Amino acid sequence: MFSPHFLKNVRSIAIGSFAAVALWVSPASAQSPATDKASIIARGEYLAQAGDCVACHTAPGGKLFAGGHAMPTPFGTLYTSNVTPDPDTGIGKWTADQFYTMMHTGRSPDGGLLYPAMPFASYTKVTRADSDAIFAFMQSVPAVKQQNRPHDLKFPYNNRSLIIGWRTLFFTEGEFKPDPTKSDDWNRGAYLVQGLGHCTMCHTTINALGGSSESAAFEGGLIPMQNWYAPSLTSNKEAGLGDWSIKDISDYLRTGVSNRGAVYGPMADVVYNSLQYMSDDDTRAMAVYLKGLAQGSSPDKPAPPLPSAESSLLLSLGKPIYDKQCASCHGVEGLGKPPHYPPLAGNQSIQMSSAVNAIRMVLNGGYPPGTAGNPMPYGMPPFAQALSDDEIAAVVTYIRTSWGNRGAAVSARQANELRAATLN
Amino acid sequence: MAARVLACASCHGDKGQGTNDDYFPRLAGKPAGYLYNQLVAFRDGRRKYPPMNYLLEFLPDPYLKAMADYFASEQPPFPPPATPVVSGAILTRGEMLATKGDPAHDIPACANCHGPSFTGMEPAIPGLLGLRTNYISAQLGAWRYGTRTAAAPDCMQVVAGHLTEDDVKALAAWLSSRPMPSNPAPVPRGSLPMPLPCGSEPN
Repeated sequence: MFSPHFLKNVRSIAIGSFAAVALWVSPASAQSPATDKASIIARGEYLAQAGDCVACHTAPGGKLFAGGHAMPTPFGTLYTSNVTPDPDTGIGKWTADQFYTMMHTGRSPDGGLLYPAMPFASYTKVTRADSDAIFAFMQSVPAVKQQNRPHDLKFPYNNRSLIIGWRTLFFTEGEFKPDPTKSDDWNRGAYLVQGLGHCTMCHTTINALGGSSESAAFEGGLIPMQNWYAPSLTSNKEAGLGDWSIKDISDYLRTGVSNRGAVYGPMADVVYNSLQYMSDDDTRAMAVYLKGLAQGSSPDKPAPPLPSAESSLLLSLGKPIYDKQCASCHGVEGLGKPPHYPPLAGNQSIQMSSAVNAIRMVLNGGYPPGTAGNPMPYGMPPFAQALSDDEIAAVVTYIRTSWGNRGAAVSARQANELRAATLN
Repeated sequence: MAARVLACASCHGDKGQGTNDDYFPRLAGKPAGYLYNQLVAFRDGRRKYPPMNYLLEFLPDPYLKAMADYFASEQPPFPPPATPVVSGAILTRGEMLATKGDPAHDIPACANCHGPSFTGMEPAIPGLLGLRTNYISAQLGAWRYGTRTAAAPDCMQVVAGHLTEDDVKALAAWLSSRPMPSNPAPVPRGSLPMPLPCGSEPN
């Protein structure tokens, strides 16, 4: 019922036991239990990468897994906890049972409720064996003595009992249940995407209560505090991958670039810290599952609103800016030179109803992450200092409405507002 | 490599020569170790400037090293020196601080570490010429207020902490008015005895 990886591990444990039996006959196998432990730790490290634990539990420039990373939320700032095996300030006194309870139910060993910034609503799907492997890995990293920093939450959110209400509304406990009607790849992909990958944390609209509703899973939304729009993974009009090839999705997830587009913004963080380490099999499994999330074939795109005087003015102003500033990399016809210069024609990310990401890419530029598969990425220059609000609006309008693209015009005011967006 | 660092060019010029904006410094010809240290410091947030912190956030060390090597090896022409807009007395104070220091206030001369002609020292001490008045003064200010830091012991934080506002103004005015020497290369590693320890320039 579990993933191929899990089964593989069961097999390796079985082989390990066999070797322990063989010890009676041949003392040469005496290292087997240690090797077994090492392989569980190695698997735990891999799974911890799949869960992207490091991105939140390591502060910039701080010690590995010692926490203290600030997570600004609409409710105040949370500081992540020390998860190194230090007995006093970390999780050195925890047991594997307690770790599993935390992952599965969002409760710490003292019974306290975790803030849902810890994605236990996703991690609840993780199997006991995988939780144990992650725990074994976490106990193997260097212990760091560093007290957790108290959260800085505004009233009334500093009252932990409110979490009970949040849990009632948004948390369903339960391990992943494979769907026997689907392929092994699909089930493995679903397990990773819904569980350790905790993709719904961004790719589902966060409501005013800080919850993401299961019925809206993967439908996209603006990420609070970051001013990046996490596109829908179910709509082909946004980042739905229905008409992407498995290879393009896999390249995108693991190397950060593909023939269809490159990762940027918070997704660059995910690829850099997590997805680049995934195996071929797991990357393909996620691709299969994600492709299947897209509903049906590409829907007809809505007709754009009639060009007003402003949007036609923007368009005519936009073309010369595009030809001068953008065309040398992205091509006069917006075809790009994939994978390093992404195509703009037909690029879903540019035509979404939210223009936030397109405007921010022009303002701030950006590098895709440097990964094993793409160690020296090409970068997009920032134009915030070179172009006025009108020029930014004009060139983004041009890109969103040319070459068959069916996005809507953007205003200089939208461009101006995003100049103040938090960068880092 | 030039194509890979196009993202740098809009502010620093395609060869790292700088642009018309006062606050975007020349990168070309600075010691590679210095440039690399700055790239790492921006990526890790030890030196704070959000557009740079953002651009470099997910780039691995070897790539940052390649970027540093690229700009260190470029030799575009220098801009003409600035015409000072401050009094002769202020310029004299700037020249004295840069060349002799102010021992009474524990201020070593810039030249002690940055070289007798201010072209820097390999591998990681930058040259001070070809930079604009506002940039120099902003960096000295950033050290004083802690938004720019370097590996411990952070010698420049110590030095900048001893400077007054007037000292900063005088140094920025004098250094930015200096013409380039005929040989703009940094002096060799270890060729200057440094007056205080510096984490970024291991001896």
